[in-house]
Amino acid sequence: MKGNLEALLVMFGKTPKKPKQIAQPAQVIHLQKRTEKITKQQIEEIRQELRDVEAGKYSKKWRNRRWISIIVINLMFTLSFWIDIQLFEGSIIASRVLGFHMADLYSALQVVLAYKVMFINLIIGTVTVFIIWILLGGRAFCSWVCPYHLLADIAEKIHLKLAAKKWVTNHEFHRGVRPVFFIVFSILAFVLSYSLFNSINPVGMISRALIYGPGIAIVWLLFLFLFEIFYSRRAWCRYVCPMGLTYGLTGALSPLQITYNLSACQHETACHIVCEVPHVLECVKKGRAGNIEVDIGTDCTLCGACVDVCPTSSLRFEFKGLSHIS
Amino acid sequence: MLSKSSPRYKASRRRFLRTVGLFIGVMGTSLATLLPVVAKLIPPKLRPPGAIEEVDFLASCIKCGQCVQVCPVEAIFLAELNEGIGIGVPYIDARSQACDFSCDAVQCVLACPTGSLSHDITNKEEVRMGLARIAKPESCLAKLGLGFKGQARGANFTGLLRQEEIDRWNPIPVRDYLYDVDLCDLCVRECPIEGAISLEDVNGYKLPVIHEACVGCGVCEMICPVEPTVIVIDERKVWEST
Repeated sequence: MKGNLEALLVMFGKTPKKPKQIAQPAQVIHLQKRTEKITKQQIEEIRQELRDVEAGKYSKKWRNRRWISIIVINLMFTLSFWIDIQLFEGSIIASRVLGFHMADLYSALQVVLAYKVMFINLIIGTVTVFIIWILLGGRAFCSWVCPYHLLADIAEKIHLKLAAKKWVTNHEFHRGVRPVFFIVFSILAFVLSYSLFNSINPVGMISRALIYGPGIAIVWLLFLFLFEIFYSRRAWCRYVCPMGLTYGLTGALSPLQITYNLSACQHETACHIVCEVPHVLECVKKGRAGNIEVDIGTDCTLCGACVDVCPTSSLRFEFKGLSHIS
Repeated sequence: MLSKSSPRYKASRRRFLRTVGLFIGVMGTSLATLLPVVAKLIPPKLRPPGAIEEVDFLASCIKCGQCVQVCPVEAIFLAELNEGIGIGVPYIDARSQACDFSCDAVQCVLACPTGSLSHDITNKEEVRMGLARIAKPESCLAKLGLGFKGQARGANFTGLLRQEEIDRWNPIPVRDYLYDVDLCDLCVRECPIEGAISLEDVNGYKLPVIHEACVGCGVCEMICPVEPTVIVIDERKVWEST
């Protein structure tokens, strides 16, 4: 299950470790791979692959689908207001989609803590969203709906280009700070009776800017954009966003996930290069997989970049209990 | 334990300090958004119909903008970063576009998903946004005994107002309506609430007088042809019997 204790702890900031127990069939494969001779040609192929991935030369199938999804969904909100088709009313934070109430889970939590009253429409909205993202994989919200994700994707692309030329370096933070933000913002909402997080939440800001027109909030978005290009890769999504953490918790119960298969994997870890949250891909390192099939942890945003990049199809989308998608 | 001079210890220590910096930066930025309010730089704003107590209103608003979307005259705006507490919280600038109840059933209240706009309100007469006040009686056209001819707010004014005899369902631009009155009573004739305002004799002058039925919608403030407006809305003010 993608939401096992280890996956949750890793999401809260724990450094992923090699599993204590490795199942017998996986041990056999690990041993086989250790003893197998790798030819020079194979090594050269893998090096070439890594060079290509670093240069951004790989399939963009899932990325394109993801971008289309983000653009279409957010465009629906904008058009609903502009040409008054009234299909997606409101913004990403709270809306009525085809008449159904929807509310972002962490924003709703902020409001409930601040207001200390549960309003019926908000309960309906959060339960609806909760069920949707249990079915659709939790943090898939981040990759497939969140408008900030697209902005961060572009910033990340520029960051990687500059980093390849050694013009910028990525400064990592401790991932454990994200649950701290989650808790501190929740406490502040309760104490201040005001949802402080929404004052700086770039997700709400960008969504409102797209629908109601940009304002001064753009300055904060621009700052985050530049911060992610020049200082720290994907900083907001990786180290701050409590919305993402909430969807991660939701996704712990989800059957939709990325599944790793050990058998054909060459352990070149090209997937680590493209992954937004590489700590979920610990199992692809040589000798780390505890089983032949491993469920990728719940912090995974199901963006599909690893699926795009993997030459051996060792990573794939799976809906647990159903046949494989894609 | 890593020794204190090892590069790994140093790197992890640097990362820790960076992380503390990130935490302070993000929290500081979010707390800074409260500053204008603490410093009382931001004047209070007229809230949409049905808005609950200001503190609860700010607490409960989820900043989705659904009230903005349903308003037929687009009177509601979301506050900006420089407009103080509640980035994304809705307000109405009555002078540029008042709430004229073109929607009849207080649509914004129905749209609100969090109860920031109280669902106890079912008709426009129950709304209490504030109270109108004659701020500058000396420049009131009625008091000066003057009539009014033409566009109430000039040719460039973009505000909308429902004129029932022209179009029951669609509000029309204020500039498309030409007035011709012998004694200016625009605030009285355009008031959407019965018995909220009337032209009375005050010390030998004619002057609009506000009554208890006033809901504070701001149509009088929007339509007043005098610049600056004679009549204004006091946000959240409630009627006190004299």
